[in-house]
Amino acid sequence: MSHAATHTIEHAEEGLGVYTQKLGMWVFLCSEVMFFTALIGSYIILRWGSAESWPVPAETLNIPVTALNTFILICSSVSMVKAYAAAVHDDQRGLKRWLLTTVLGGATFVGVQAYEYIHLIGKGFLPSSGLFGSTFYTMTGFHGFHVTCGVISMAYCTLRAFRGKYAGGNFHGIETVGLYWHFVDLVWIILFTIVYLF
Amino acid sequence: MQHWWFPTSASSYGAELDNLFVLILYITGAVFVIVEVGLLVFLVKYRKREGRKAEYIEGNTTAEIVWTTIPAVVCVFLGLFSQPLWSRIKDPARIPADAIPLEVTAKQFEWHFGYPGPDGQQGTADDYGKRNELHVVVNQNYRVRLQAEDVIHSFFIPVFRLKQDAVPGMQIMAWFRPTRTGQFELACAELCGLGHYRMRARVFVHTPEEFAAWQASQIAPTTPAASDTTASSGRTAR
Amino acid sequence: MTTAGVAAEHLEHALHDDRPFIRKYVFSTDHKIIGIQFLFLSLFFLLVGGVLAMVIRWQLGFPGKAMPLPGAWPSTMAPDGVVLPEFYTALVTMHGTFMVFFAIMPLLVGVFANYLIPLKIGAPDMAFPRLNMWSFWLMIPAGALMVAGFFVEGGAASSGWTGYAPLSANPEYTGATYGQQLWCLSLIVFALSSLLGSVNYITTVVNLRAPGMTWFRLPLSIWALFITAILALLAVPILAGALIMLLFDVVLHTNFFLPAGGGQPLMWQHLFWFFGHPEVYILILPAMGIASDLIANGSRKPIFGYHSMVYAICGIAFLGWVVWGHHMFQSGMNPRLGTTFMVSTMFIAVPSAIKVFNWMGTMWRGNIHFTTPMLNGIAFVAMFTIGGLSGIFMAATPADMYIHDTYYIVAHIHYVLFGGSLFAIFGGIYFWFPKMFGKMMSERLGKIHFALTFVAYNLTFFPMHILGIGGHMRRIYDPSQYEFLRPLQPMNEFISLSAFALFISQLPFIWNFFHSLFWGKKADINPWHDNGLEWTAPSPPPHGNFETTPTVYHGPYEFSRPDMEQDYLPQNQPLPAPQPVAH
Repeated sequence: MSHAATHTIEHAEEGLGVYTQKLGMWVFLCSEVMFFTALIGSYIILRWGSAESWPVPAETLNIPVTALNTFILICSSVSMVKAYAAAVHDDQRGLKRWLLTTVLGGATFVGVQAYEYIHLIGKGFLPSSGLFGSTFYTMTGFHGFHVTCGVISMAYCTLRAFRGKYAGGNFHGIETVGLYWHFVDLVWIILFTIVYLF
Repeated sequence: MQHWWFPTSASSYGAELDNLFVLILYITGAVFVIVEVGLLVFLVKYRKREGRKAEYIEGNTTAEIVWTTIPAVVCVFLGLFSQPLWSRIKDPARIPADAIPLEVTAKQFEWHFGYPGPDGQQGTADDYGKRNELHVVVNQNYRVRLQAEDVIHSFFIPVFRLKQDAVPGMQIMAWFRPTRTGQFELACAELCGLGHYRMRARVFVHTPEEFAAWQASQIAPTTPAASDTTASSGRTAR
Repeated sequence: MTTAGVAAEHLEHALHDDRPFIRKYVFSTDHKIIGIQFLFLSLFFLLVGGVLAMVIRWQLGFPGKAMPLPGAWPSTMAPDGVVLPEFYTALVTMHGTFMVFFAIMPLLVGVFANYLIPLKIGAPDMAFPRLNMWSFWLMIPAGALMVAGFFVEGGAASSGWTGYAPLSANPEYTGATYGQQLWCLSLIVFALSSLLGSVNYITTVVNLRAPGMTWFRLPLSIWALFITAILALLAVPILAGALIMLLFDVVLHTNFFLPAGGGQPLMWQHLFWFFGHPEVYILILPAMGIASDLIANGSRKPIFGYHSMVYAICGIAFLGWVVWGHHMFQSGMNPRLGTTFMVSTMFIAVPSAIKVFNWMGTMWRGNIHFTTPMLNGIAFVAMFTIGGLSGIFMAATPADMYIHDTYYIVAHIHYVLFGGSLFAIFGGIYFWFPKMFGKMMSERLGKIHFALTFVAYNLTFFPMHILGIGGHMRRIYDPSQYEFLRPLQPMNEFISLSAFALFISQLPFIWNFFHSLFWGKKADINPWHDNGLEWTAPSPPPHGNFETTPTVYHGPYEFSRPDMEQDYLPQNQPLPAPQPVAH
């Protein structure tokens, strides 16, 4: 009976023409958009919806370091694209190399963020330090959590790549994880702009 | 059964609000009768009988356009009909200019009423306060500034048909004009903790003379503590 | 019938399934088992919520009197059987929370979406069976965390099921420090479970439909569940975000909703109701879909205006996003916004009216079979109509000013969620029980259950409208505190007695359910003579559902075709060939 399962999926009524994993990821990302909308929307209401003045972010946060970190995350998105291209062209060496680069980039980002947190907490800037503290830690914290999840799933993909699971142009898994990774990257660009720069 | 209906209105807009309610009741009542009677008729008339087959009907565009349009028109009408009354009651810009200002502060689980004193101005030396007792003059406009100290409460005077939440960190304006003298009740209508059910105050609508006498007794340095105890006796009981 | 024959022939072969017990029935990835697991879990929570309601009704009907078994109640809740006010606020909070998040929503979405979607679209399983399993198993910790609230110091969360801040955001205001945290955590886990479910339902409906199952051949139950999944997908993360901020306010002392630190209490309400109003439709749309299937089947007629039914579902779902402010008319929100929300809310009456009239149109000139599922379907229409009409009073902002936060609202929500959703759920259970378990439920007990429930339900909830018009506030522990409410006390007593009767009326259902499960009459493949694909698979369907992928030839409501003897035509059988025209 279990063979029937895989059999039917291939012969289904015309869907969106997108394979199921990728469609599932898109659907999931819609939900993620709403989640971050709740957090970012609240930040916008709290910051610009009241007359009270907001602290200047640059006085508390280290913008150059985070800017560099942002650059690293963007680069990891680029390397993800490279990994996807390698998977599509069945270039196993390239796939492994670019996946590793991406994992490394993501891990670096999380590491720098952890360092930033330790530094800020040491300075006495806490989640309870006014609305700025509340929103800063909640938004960047949940983004960091998403990056961590991304790093873990990509590490898993890397492991699978080394075991040759993506051989023969089997790129679906890579593309699906890649979508998530680009999304997380995009969210960070928004967060960096409105939390650090404005 | 008089208790099966609204408590008698005692404010300037109360009757209009009741009329709106009755209007909606007529409209929805008509729909209710049409639908429920129609259902019953169908259930009897088209009940299962041997040898009979249901008619193969997939729909009827005309019928559907009719029952889409009619509710839409009725609802737009109700919206347009309700809007002026709503903005007259709640729009801060439309509070009557001659209204006497009152300061109402809610906290777990009591109401504090700040009166402007004989000069009719808040923030002057003759102001005085009263716990859990709202004293007002009949046929006089009042402007209430609602504040909350801790959690959200809701200022609800059933006979005035007035309800407005008091939100900590916000100052919300409301107004009313009592039209009937007597003693009424004020309740908290928003869950505010375990004592929510006893967050009650009394509302006294006086004639001008009565009010003047009461006000004089408040300003005179008599024993305010004594009157406060009577006011709070209702809420300490469980 | 060929299909039935083929399926029966393969039944034995199909049921031969060598998965070990734990994979088959416990950590199963089979959508049917997961649906049944959800059924047991959410019926359990329905019972829990019902028991809490009985305690609430006891206190309101007989304030301050000792409950039965006075010694059995913990002294932190009800010493000597007398409910404490702090326990009462916890009761109303947990009753609402259990019913909304752990009973009605999983009953509609967890049970019917899981069980019906793959079967009705002709798929072997969900798109992501393992995620589906996680979706169920996350509900267990979510439920456990919620129940745990009753047993921690300070008691369960007591800020209402809506958790209005700042009451919920600072433990000092309620005393339920741990209870509130557990409430937040539980609902965050619940949100995750809901997310996994929604991703599955949407992907499955889009990508796994059998050949020929075009969008406009989907049964309305599937349309409703699909649109509901989209609502849940987009609304529940908003709740999750709000809950996280609330939890941080309680635990990390952030200031999102606490005005002392610059936060905004009204922001909680905006977030909560931006989730909450789509949530209301999550709780009613699947019921509408199920009722549509039941009514077409019971009337032996095609659904009246199938396309407009679909558009009405979409219309309600869309409008659901732009009406959240109608919960906040008296909250201190700008009154001009109130006007906007009033107008958008009024428009919801339009698709709702379309649906009610189309259900009536379906029954018109039908051949109505009074089966238990059909009776529940009819009750759904009748009761949803009342719930919908009473909603118009609240949509009109000035009328809302008086009835907001009174028993009128309580009456309204129960007419929609009990009279609407729960009748459809009962109808659905009676209807699909034979498919789920291969056994018929007793029709006689089913009708007794229906009749008792219908009467007791109306006696319980209809008088609440009158209490509301009398000005009776919600969530008050002791109405006798107020002089103007004292004359209403006999009605409160009457409601309480009716509520007890309503609770007892569920006993025939419980008996029927478990008795039929073991000793019920064996069910045929298609006992209701329905057209859905699920009725072409064996009862119960084997792992993988269909021996061969079904092909779909027409819509799901081909009842009583004039060119056929039989009054139904399953979706996997071609339409009869048109009669040859004489030359």
